[in-house]
Amino acid sequence: MKQAQNHTKNYLYAMAIDLDKCTGCGACMVACMSENNVPFRRDETDQLLSMKWLRVYKLTNGKAYPDHDVCYLPRPCMQCAGQHEGHSPCVSVCPATATDYDQNTGIVSQIYTRCFGCRYCMAACPYHVRLFNWWDPVWPEGMEKMLNPKVSVRMRGVVEKCSFCFHRFQQAKDRAYAKGKRDIDEQDYQTSCTQACPAGAITFGDLNNPSHAVTQLVKPDHKHHGRPQAPHAFRLLERLGTNAKVYYLSSREWVRKMGDNYLKNEKQAGSH
Amino acid sequence: MSTIDDQTTADVPQTPEDENGHPKHDPAPAADSNAPVMLSFIIGIVISLIIGWAVFPKLLYSQKTQPVNFNHAMHMDPEISAEGCASCHYFREDGSFSGIPKLASCAECHEDVLGESEEEARFVEEYVKTGKEVPWLVYARQPDCVFFSHIAHVKMGNMECKTCHGDIGVSTQTRVYEENRITGYSRDIWGKNIAGFKKNTWDRMKMDDCAECHKANNVNQGSVQTLRGGCFVCHK
Ligand code: HEC
Ligand code: HEC
Ligand code: HEC
Ligand code: HEC
Ligand code: HEC
Repeated sequence: MKQAQNHTKNYLYAMAIDLDKCTGCGACMVACMSENNVPFRRDETDQLLSMKWLRVYKLTNGKAYPDHDVCYLPRPCMQCAGQHEGHSPCVSVCPATATDYDQNTGIVSQIYTRCFGCRYCMAACPYHVRLFNWWDPVWPEGMEKMLNPKVSVRMRGVVEKCSFCFHRFQQAKDRAYAKGKRDIDEQDYQTSCTQACPAGAITFGDLNNPSHAVTQLVKPDHKHHGRPQAPHAFRLLERLGTNAKVYYLSSREWVRKMGDNYLKNEKQAGSH
Repeated sequence: MSTIDDQTTADVPQTPEDENGHPKHDPAPAADSNAPVMLSFIIGIVISLIIGWAVFPKLLYSQKTQPVNFNHAMHMDPEISAEGCASCHYFREDGSFSGIPKLASCAECHEDVLGESEEEARFVEEYVKTGKEVPWLVYARQPDCVFFSHIAHVKMGNMECKTCHGDIGVSTQTRVYEENRITGYSRDIWGKNIAGFKKNTWDRMKMDDCAECHKANNVNQGSVQTLRGGCFVCHK
C-alpha cells in the first residue's frame, strides 16, 4: 500500500471558452443536463426557477444597426480558488461543509446529501452558478431508466451546481488504473459540454500541465492567481479576486469589457 | 379566584421547625420515600437499555435471504473456477468492476442441472430456464451518492477482498441480509455491533472507516475544509 504515498498528484482543471466561436446553439446546455441528471419541469418558461448547471447568456453591445453586435456566453461553474487556495466565495460561507475545494483537482465539490439548503452559497456566488431544488425531480415516464448512474440524483431542498463532470475524472482514473498507469492524459478527462460543442469553442484541461491546450490558450500567470496573459483572454469579474478557473477568449473589446464592471473610459485590466 | 400560585402554597405541607427555627428533617421517613424512586429509576434505565441494545436493533433490521443459496467454497474448486475469484469477479477493460456475475455466466455451466442438489435444480428451473436475472442482495452496497472503485484498491492498492468483505470467498452458503428499515441500507455499513465497535476491518464500512484508512495511506487528502479526503474522491 506504500504506492499511495506519491498518489497525490495535483491537477488544476480549467476551461477556456472562445466566445468568437460560440454560436449560442445551446448544445452544451443539453449535453450538460442529460449527463448530470439535471431535473426539468413541464413548464420551463420561468427562467428564474429553471435549473441549468451551464447557462448560455446573450450579450449585446447595445448599439443600433449597423454597429449592432451579439455575443453568446456559456457559463458553467467557475470553480473559484479564491485569494488563497480554497477561499472560494461559496466554500468559505458553507456552514455544513457541504461544498469544499479539492486541492488535488482544483474542483469545488458539492455533496447533496450533506447540504441542508440554507442557500448562503447561492448568495455568495457572484456568478449565479448555484441552483436550489424547489421540487423533487419528476422524470417523464421511462426516463428514470435513462439517468446517468455515475451521477447521483438530487432531492428537494438542496443546492446543486456544475462539477466539471467530476464523475468523468473518476472513470478516467479507473481507465488509467486498468492500463496500469496513474496519470491521466488530456483526452481521458473531458467535460460533457466540451465534447458536445459543435463549434469547438470549449477547451478543457489541466493548467499545471504546460502541454495542455487550455494552458497554451490562456497562458495563466500562476504567481498572480492564474491571471490570463494571453492577449484576448479574460475572466468574469476578475477584480473580485475569485481566481476563477473558467477563462473566456474574445477578440472583441466590448465583450471583454463586459466581463467586469468598468468605468466608461477605463481600460480593460490585463488586456495588452 | 385563586391563582395557581395560591393553590400550590396552600397545598405544600408546612415543614415543622426545631427550637432554633430551622426546618426540622426527620431522616428516616425521607430515606423511605427515596427508595422506591431510586428503584423505579434503575428499573427504567435497565428497561431502556434492554430496548436500546437488544430490542431496537432487532426491530430496526429486517432479515432477508438471498434468492439463491450460493456456495462460494464449492465453486472455488480449481476445476470449476480456473482463475479463482476473477472467473466471476473481474475487471473490465475500462477499469470498471464486474461485480456479481450475470446469469449468462452461470448458464455457461448450469444450462442443465449438473448435480443432485435441490438448490441447483431450483436455480436452474427458476432462473436459467426462464432467463430471469437473479436479484442478488449486495451486502456491501453503499448509498447512491458514494463512488467506490475496486480497481484502485485491488490492483493499485494491492488489497485483499477480505479486508473489506470478510470471508465471503470461502463461505459455503449465503448469509442473511439485514436491511435497515429506516434507511434501506445494508447492515454491513453500520456494522453488526449497534454501538459501533469493530474487531475486524470488514465489520463496518461507514464513511469514517473509509476515511480512516485513506488518512493512514495519504490517499488524496485534498479537502480544504476538513484537511482530510476531498469529498469528490468518494462521492458523486
Ligand atoms: C462462480 C462464480 C463466483 C466465483 C468464482 C466467486 N464468486 Fe463471489 N459471488 C458470486 C455470486 C453469485 C455472488 C452473490 C451471492 C452472494 O452474495 O454470495 C458473489 C458475492 C460475492 C461477494 C459479496 C458482495 C456483497 O457485498 O454482496 C464477495 C465479497 C465475493 N463474492 C467475493 C469473492 C471472492 C473473494 C472470491 C474468490 C475467493 C469469489 N467471490 C469467487 C459468484 C462468484
Ligand atoms: C465453471 C462452471 C460453473 C459456473 C460458471 C457456475 N457454476 Fe454453479 N456449480 C458448478 C458445479 C460443477 C456445481 C456442483 C454440482 C454438483 O455436483 O452438485 C455447482 C453447484 C451450484 C449450486 C448448488 C450448490 C450446492 O450447495 O449444492 C448452485 C446453487 C450454483 N451452482 C449456482 C451457481 C450460480 C448462481 C452461478 C453464477 C454466478 C454458478 N453456479 C456458476 C459449476 C459452475
Ligand atoms: C477497500 C474495500 C474493498 C475491497 C478491498 C474490495 N471490495 Fe468489493 N466492495 C466494496 C464496497 C464499498 C462495495 C459496494 C460498492 C457500491 O455499492 O458502490 C463493494 C461491492 C462488491 C461487490 C458487489 C458489487 C456489485 O455492484 O454487484 C462484489 C461482488 C465485490 N465487492 C467483490 C469484491 C472482490 C471479489 C474483491 C477482491 C478482489 C473486493 N470486492 C475487494 C469494498 C471493497
Ligand atoms: C483498508 C484501507 C482502505 C479502506 C477501508 C478504503 N480505502 Fe479507498 N483507498 C485505499 C488506498 C490505499 C487507495 C489508493 C490506492 C492506490 O491508488 O494506490 C484508495 C483509493 C480509493 C479511491 C480512488 C482514489 C483515486 O484517486 O483514484 C476511491 C474512490 C476510494 N478509495 C474510495 C473508498 C471508499 C468509498 C471506501 C469505503 C467504502 C474506501 N475507499 C475504503 C485504502 C482504503
Ligand atoms: C474516503 C471516502 C469518503 C470521503 C473522502 C468522503 N465521504 Fe462521505 N461518505 C462515504 C461513504 C462510504 C458514505 C456512506 C456510508 C455512510 O453513510 O457512512 C458516505 C456518506 C456521506 C453522507 C451521508 C449520505 C447518506 O445518504 O447517508 C454525507 C452527507 C457525506 N458522506 C458527506 C461527505 C462530505 C461533505 C465529504 C467531504 C468533506 C465526504 N463525505 C467525504 C465516503 C466518503
